[in-house]
Amino acid sequence: MSDNTPLDSSKRTWIIASSCAGVVGGGFAAVPFVSSFEPSERARAAGAPVEVDIGTLKSGEKMTVEWRGKPVWILRRTPEQLATLSKVEPQLADPKSERNPDQLTPPYARNQDRSIKPEVLVVVGICSHLGCSPIDKFQPGAQPSLADDWPGGFLCPCHGSTFDLAGRVYKNKPAPDNLEVPPHMYLSDNRLLVGQDKQA
Amino acid sequence: MAEFTQVSADAPIATKFMNWVDNRFPATKLFKEHMSEYYAPKNFNFWYVFGSLAMLVLAIQIVTGIFLTMHYKPDAALAFASVEYIMRDVPWGWLMRYMHSTGASAFFIVVYLHIFRGLLYGSYRKPRELVWILGCVIFLCMMAEAFFGYLLPWGQMSYWGAQVIVNLFAAVPFIGEELALLIRGDYVVGDATLNRFFAFHVIVVPLVLLGVVVLHIIALHQVGSNNPDGVEIKAKKDAKGVPLDGIPFHPYYTVHDIYAVSVFLLLFAAVIFFAPEFGGYFLEYNNFIPADSMKTPAHIAPVWYFTPYYSMLRATNDQMINVLAVMIALAAALGVLKGRFGVGGKLAVLVGALVTVALLKTFDAKFWGVVVMGGAVIILFFLPWLDHSPVKSIRYRPSWHRYVYGVFVFFFLVLGYLGAQAPSDIGNYVSQVGTLLYFGFFLLMPWWSSLGKFKPVPERVNFAAH
Repeated sequence: MSDNTPLDSSKRTWIIASSCAGVVGGGFAAVPFVSSFEPSERARAAGAPVEVDIGTLKSGEKMTVEWRGKPVWILRRTPEQLATLSKVEPQLADPKSERNPDQLTPPYARNQDRSIKPEVLVVVGICSHLGCSPIDKFQPGAQPSLADDWPGGFLCPCHGSTFDLAGRVYKNKPAPDNLEVPPHMYLSDNRLLVGQDKQA
Repeated sequence: MAEFTQVSADAPIATKFMNWVDNRFPATKLFKEHMSEYYAPKNFNFWYVFGSLAMLVLAIQIVTGIFLTMHYKPDAALAFASVEYIMRDVPWGWLMRYMHSTGASAFFIVVYLHIFRGLLYGSYRKPRELVWILGCVIFLCMMAEAFFGYLLPWGQMSYWGAQVIVNLFAAVPFIGEELALLIRGDYVVGDATLNRFFAFHVIVVPLVLLGVVVLHIIALHQVGSNNPDGVEIKAKKDAKGVPLDGIPFHPYYTVHDIYAVSVFLLLFAAVIFFAPEFGGYFLEYNNFIPADSMKTPAHIAPVWYFTPYYSMLRATNDQMINVLAVMIALAAALGVLKGRFGVGGKLAVLVGALVTVALLKTFDAKFWGVVVMGGAVIILFFLPWLDHSPVKSIRYRPSWHRYVYGVFVFFFLVLGYLGAQAPSDIGNYVSQVGTLLYFGFFLLMPWWSSLGKFKPVPERVNFAAH
């Protein structure tokens, strides 16, 4: 082809048009591939509520149940533990659970102890930072990674976030939010349903 | 397109055969361009063996990896047991696995040294910017490869490590949760996650990695290798156009590299046979416990090669955000008072700083932690344009530049050490200082790299025959 052939502008237009069409087509063709990364129908279906009997849970004890693959903690707090909740409030990032209340704290848990029954705490044991499961540090007092006047609560081993006994996060920690209170309701005095509440 | 060449009828059979091939595929031409007539500077020192070693380790990883896939099962219910099956029941399976797990750490050791060599001798400077950038892409691929591969044994560290890293994406404002869901394929790290990570680890990332390695070498051979003196050997050529200070890569550097390979394999074999876990650094003890989604191990830390970045992630809390906001404000003030640009430029600096501070305070520290962690790697891409020193090599920079590099490397190692430890207040303060120094090293480089008295760069490379 010689260099001085004049440019055929109509051909050029069609080349541009067909390239654009190709890109759009390629974009649509990518949809099924990207969508296949979404959770499958089976994974979506596996989210049924869990029924728990908390009758045997003694004061100061914690049990863990699995709901949607996540650990849900049920802690029966002692009166002394409940008493710490008001004392630690100045050190907390969000003592009144005002951040993202719709995702983290159902209306019936928007109180100081973040629970329906004051002594029974139900929270998802997944740190709001990067998803580790915090460990129990119920023993008050100085210990590694914790403040000297530690009143008892939870410590995330991954990045050192600390939570009080109502799952509320302390200030200046990597975790931005309090622990999530899952939807839950009491079927009877000792039968707890995790994953569903009266509104749903 | 090459001309079709003829050889005489009585030429040796080997010559005839190569002629037949060369008329159809440029075999001899490629060998000459990349090996026997690729002229590398004659003054390479031991720092120059790590590129070849990285290729060797890549080959080891691919071969051992292929054999591991023949016995491994990417299924949440079977994965952990299948790895133990490889270790105990598959003939020589333990060796394949230890070569692969030690190879992962060896890959990072070799590549960190290779990158440091580039820093020392200014190998990223013009005209080698693309060699450097392609190298950074390789580094990113290696990180992805290591991360995906680490989930496969399905131990506690695999599980919770993946949980943490996938949740890094969830920290992105607005689309984060959706993005994390797309990566996991489930609401928690589970079977779907394991299965897709297996696909990424054994095919997607290696394919890209190999391609980028080829591009890295093509780019290198286009511009030619740098050397410890940072002198362009192409500037002085003999009558045939061969650089005066160049020697053919083959046989000179192939032989040189074989020596390095022997030393490397000696050390590599010593680790495989005597300390494959390497005190919990190459294979973490908690990973010998099967994954349990209900319980995070008391102490979790990534494998050693990620710990410097992990420290930076941990260091970024609300306090650090305030420090960063103050620093940006000070930098903007300095820019306005001392900057040599017009009113418009100063206004832009001020507005830019205000917007950045506002963003810093709007989004969670968690998100900025992720930005800091990612930025620590991404900033490497910009190195060719951050370094303003008039010479390439550390040899001809002011002597105090060595201390700057020394402090940088020291804090990088300290960050690495702290990232492997349980979180503590003091550790966190040190990490914050380390993070600021790490970024300061790069972001202030346009300023400090041009300061001081530079030594004269010789016309030809320093070389004493030995």
